[in-house]
Amino acid sequence: MAHQIIATSRSATGIPTGRLAVWWVVASEIFIFGGLIAAYLLNRFLHGSWAQEAAVTNTFIGGINTFWLLTSSWFVVIAHHYSEQRDAKKTRQFLWLTILLGGFFMGFKFVEYYKEISHGMTLFTNNFWSFYYTATGLHGFHVLCGMVIMAIIAEGDIKNERNWHRVENIGIYWHFVDIVWIFLFPLLYIAK
Amino acid sequence: MAGNSLKKYNRIYVALLILFIVSVLGPEIADIFGMEGLSRMALILPTAFGIAIVKAYMVAAHFMHLKTEKIYAPYILLVSLALMVVFFFGVKIDIMASEGHNWEKPYKEPTESSASHHGDHSESHDDDH
Repeated sequence: MAHQIIATSRSATGIPTGRLAVWWVVASEIFIFGGLIAAYLLNRFLHGSWAQEAAVTNTFIGGINTFWLLTSSWFVVIAHHYSEQRDAKKTRQFLWLTILLGGFFMGFKFVEYYKEISHGMTLFTNNFWSFYYTATGLHGFHVLCGMVIMAIIAEGDIKNERNWHRVENIGIYWHFVDIVWIFLFPLLYIAK
Repeated sequence: MAGNSLKKYNRIYVALLILFIVSVLGPEIADIFGMEGLSRMALILPTAFGIAIVKAYMVAAHFMHLKTEKIYAPYILLVSLALMVVFFFGVKIDIMASEGHNWEKPYKEPTESSASHHGDHSESHDDDH
């Protein structure tokens, strides 16, 4: 007998409760990252020196990380496609591929941090670098959380062929994390 | 969310990759041709930020299925975005202006001439205050 969760079968909006909760999470994340990006834009307009600081960031690593995240978004939507077909093997396969690309992103981010810190650009160097580490660090933390949740869904739910809807839910979260990076990338790496 | 096809996802992914390449090429072209000031802005703003908006829309509409989701979800997100715009322009007045009715900001952004006296390093530390 399939594992039934009562909360997912109640919905006044027509949206399953779990998915609606994820939309609210995404809305709250808009305020977190939106506030950071708004603060960055205002400071960038005000302080000419921020453009010089942004010129130091590594566009190659930023670009590669954009590629990992865009591809991982593609993989997770394919995982969702197979979850709708109740294909546990392929769903897990694509969830793990997404996790792998998330790992690549974190690995490259780690190398980038290492290079920047070894060149003297730390969290306390100036306001630009404070913002840089806060925004990218918070984003990296979200990537890490997404990877952990995805692994739990792949091994705890999909392997046991239950709670298929969770693949779509984690997919929505992952796509949002991708969208945040889509905006951080030009702000921190391209606009110089 | 029935009816979603792998072919559609593949097309969206290829489009995202092409847009990504264009967004990276924009500043590179500006550097190659030595573009500065307004012409540089005119090239970088659409290629970097314009394309970022298009990419975000494509991910949200097709990968997050907002196009086919019940209307409540887009409303939740659009209201959040609208409030962020209000926040941006609300604080912009305080941050960007140096004086207003009954108030004056004592901090002055260093000019280029004063920055050249102190060097770039000291300018970046001035930002901290």
